[in-house]
Amino acid sequence: MTEELVTVTIDGLQVSVPKGTTIIEAAKQAGILVPHYCYHPSLPSPAVCRMCLVEVEKAPKLMPACVTAVAEGQVVRVDSEKAKKAREGVLELLLINHPLDCPICDQAGECELQDYVFQEGRAGTRYSEYAKRFSPVEDFGPDVLYVPNRCILCTRCVRFMEDVAEDPVLNVSDRGDRAYIGISSEQLLDHPWAGNVVDLCPVGSLISKDFLHKARAWDLDKTASVCPGCTQGCNITIDTRDDIVVRLRPRPNLEVNRHFMCDYGRMNYRWLNRGDRIEAPLVRDGGHHVATDWDTALDRLGQLIRGTSGSAVILATGRASTESLGLVRRMLDRISVTAVVQVPSGEEAPLAAVPNLALRAERTPNVTGAELVGYGSDWTAGLLELASAGLVIVLDAELSQSDLDFIAQSPASVVLLGTIFPEELRNADLVLPITTMAEENGSYVNRDRRIQRYNQAKSQPGMARPAWWVAGEAIAGPGPSASAPATAAEAFELLGERWPVFAATSYDDMGFTGRVLMEPAIASGGSKSARVGTL
Amino acid sequence: MGYPHPSHPKENPVLSKHFGDPEARTYDGWVKRGGYEGLKKILRLTPEAVIEEIKTSGLRGRGGAGFPTGLKWSLMPKADGRPHYLVCNADESEPGTFKDREIMRWTPHGLLEGCAIAAYAIGAERCYIYIRGEFTDPYKIMDQAVEEATARGALGDNAFGSGKRIEVILHRGAGAYICGEETAMLNSIEGKRGNPRIKPPYPAQAGLFGMPTTINNVETLAVVPHVVMRGGEWYKGLSLSNPKSTGTKLISVCGHIQRPGNYEVTMGTPMKELIYDMCGGMRPGRTLKAVIPGGSSVPIMSAAEAEDCLLDYEGVVAKGSMLGSAGMIVMDDTTDMVYQIWRLARFYAHESCAQCTQCREGTAWTTRILERILAGKGKQEHFQLLLDLSDNMTGKTICVLSDSCAAPIVSGIQKFRHEFEAYIQGAREPALAAV
Repeated sequence: MTEELVTVTIDGLQVSVPKGTTIIEAAKQAGILVPHYCYHPSLPSPAVCRMCLVEVEKAPKLMPACVTAVAEGQVVRVDSEKAKKAREGVLELLLINHPLDCPICDQAGECELQDYVFQEGRAGTRYSEYAKRFSPVEDFGPDVLYVPNRCILCTRCVRFMEDVAEDPVLNVSDRGDRAYIGISSEQLLDHPWAGNVVDLCPVGSLISKDFLHKARAWDLDKTASVCPGCTQGCNITIDTRDDIVVRLRPRPNLEVNRHFMCDYGRMNYRWLNRGDRIEAPLVRDGGHHVATDWDTALDRLGQLIRGTSGSAVILATGRASTESLGLVRRMLDRISVTAVVQVPSGEEAPLAAVPNLALRAERTPNVTGAELVGYGSDWTAGLLELASAGLVIVLDAELSQSDLDFIAQSPASVVLLGTIFPEELRNADLVLPITTMAEENGSYVNRDRRIQRYNQAKSQPGMARPAWWVAGEAIAGPGPSASAPATAAEAFELLGERWPVFAATSYDDMGFTGRVLMEPAIASGGSKSARVGTL
Repeated sequence: MGYPHPSHPKENPVLSKHFGDPEARTYDGWVKRGGYEGLKKILRLTPEAVIEEIKTSGLRGRGGAGFPTGLKWSLMPKADGRPHYLVCNADESEPGTFKDREIMRWTPHGLLEGCAIAAYAIGAERCYIYIRGEFTDPYKIMDQAVEEATARGALGDNAFGSGKRIEVILHRGAGAYICGEETAMLNSIEGKRGNPRIKPPYPAQAGLFGMPTTINNVETLAVVPHVVMRGGEWYKGLSLSNPKSTGTKLISVCGHIQRPGNYEVTMGTPMKELIYDMCGGMRPGRTLKAVIPGGSSVPIMSAAEAEDCLLDYEGVVAKGSMLGSAGMIVMDDTTDMVYQIWRLARFYAHESCAQCTQCREGTAWTTRILERILAGKGKQEHFQLLLDLSDNMTGKTICVLSDSCAAPIVSGIQKFRHEFEAYIQGAREPALAAV
């Protein structure tokens, strides 16, 4: 596979890019941002905002960098007087009818109009003699409001719905400076992926009702994570404000979700902010549970495991990290174990124009990861085993009444590693507080065997610890010589010892976009040598 | 002929010879006048030979840009296995232009014959004629002509027994000026919003429905049968000045003129002769003030420039304007230039497709400034602002609509600045209510 390269000079920097690359992308390679509005790497380019006009040597006119392909030896100037003047002109025109309501606009702080105007716009307006155009806010659908006054008509939203979602409910209506984004009167912007128009909007014109006036962009902490909504594994950013998750947004990963995420995933964050969390380990003392410290709780856990006669059952949530699922499984290595993972299901909702991208029917992130560490997905099989089991470990699974009935009728000791303590689980012998995916580091394996890391976005409540930490401590046992994993990366290395499929990669290797797990035989031919845990 | 006036001896009626003659509209009447002989002739030739003949003639596009027609046809890919399309631009929405309307009204079969010849030359089986929505009468006449020509075997699955399929489809516009822009027209035919497309890709590579497409103006195509019958050399010989401008040109003359109408002149005829001889000059007691020579989109000429101008592509450029679509708007000394320029700007602001920022916002803003000047609220700073905005609107957008809005403003300020000053300094009564 030989790709023909062309070399161009952009603002004095030379860069070699594949033939056919646009100037805007070539500039990105050289570390130069060509200001733009309508261009988006995951949408077709209409070249309408005219913001990315650059000077190309020998071209009589300024060229739109978003649709002009590079040519060998081309000399491009983004910072020339001519190009700057053109940008200043566009910015002036975009602002003449703009309400400048940044103080009450959700986009402020992450607004491309604000950024570019601040960077190279005019300080004052020459449009002071006229009233600004005014149109009322429109309700576009379940989560999207349209504020026409702020709209710069870049048409990203229209193109997303038309060319990516293939559900063309949005359009440009009317002409000239009366134009606005229209929506068919009988339709709503209720496509399962419609929320992306809010992210795509470079200004504060399309805004999320869910996020409306909730936080200022500069008050948000941003954490790279993976969506826990389904087996697709879309890369996301968790935005928190004062330790509360306020928004999930897609994080670009061209291999998994391009620049998008579905509305189901986007709205699936409130459970991360629950206040009724277990904050301390609880041991049963007669009919009551008594809060205790981790040493005592871990001793009790060790006793329960060692004292188990017969088999054990693990009932796990698919939201648990691969490390937690794996180490909890390893913790019971000396016992015969039936481990099952809970897989809620829903309707599949593909994003039409992006191959292999959909809200998946399996609405939990780590089904593949669970399978790789020995979990089955036949929940009922796990429940049936309870009748003869000596120990059941509930790993944060959401239990239905019938699940609880099975547990109540089982002779097994019950250990709950959970975030929430259901009232009906009164017979639990030991309750250990664990963290949610937003409160820990860990990894999920998506349906295409891509293992992806997520990072801690908020602090854990009370004494809650990652489930992998609890299991790691239990495996290591008590005493000063014992060595349990202290980080998720170390916990991951431990997985590799037991399941070779993980041995060929590491946290560093996965980086921010993940790595596809190969069968060990294939992986050994790869560039990365196997690293086996030394713990 | 200077329809609706009798032909003037200084005219050279080729296309307009049968204007006003109802019999020429019918198939039989057209055949009696030598019609469809050109099509029969070229069906025996190779497409390359037809293109060569057109190249020899020096025929250039009559829609405004003046691109050599033979060269345009030769840019179509050869035997690439894809369907090719011919699109005839009959949108004629340029203010001041009304020549294509008369061609369709009086010589519909001449246009159909030209379409068929062009379709054959570029390897197209289908030709779309995009007719301006307001042209109800021309549409009916064209519709009748297509029906007749198909029934008589000139068009259809087997044109004149040649085995060639040449089908003509009429498509009516819905009233948008911008749909006269060739790529917006393609979108409109496809059923999309009439927004101009970015070039490249050019229509010859990916045009209508993504297929190789040639777009020609009505007048260009109507000339083709004449070139084919009388030879490219004959057509090339019709030139009074620059050899790059050949043939005859229909000029639509309107405004403050004694005999407005369509005049067909040989390329290179002095504009002075057209205005004062053929059109009968100014109204009694009036003098010429300005001319917009090529439809509203071109720079305004002063009287002195107009009277010294030769009517061909190069001649008008030499006087700082463009021949464009040759819709000539003549203005006498009663004209309020500021008002006229505002009227034009308002038109462009109304018709902007709203894609490009400079055009969408710039046309509207310039209109408002002109409105303010006319309302007696102008300021000296407005001159610089208008020129800045015009500069920002020129050469920066997908199509030339915003350039067209800027052209009369810049040339107007250059040539008639004192009229703006009169409003600004209060020497002239406001012409509009305050905005």
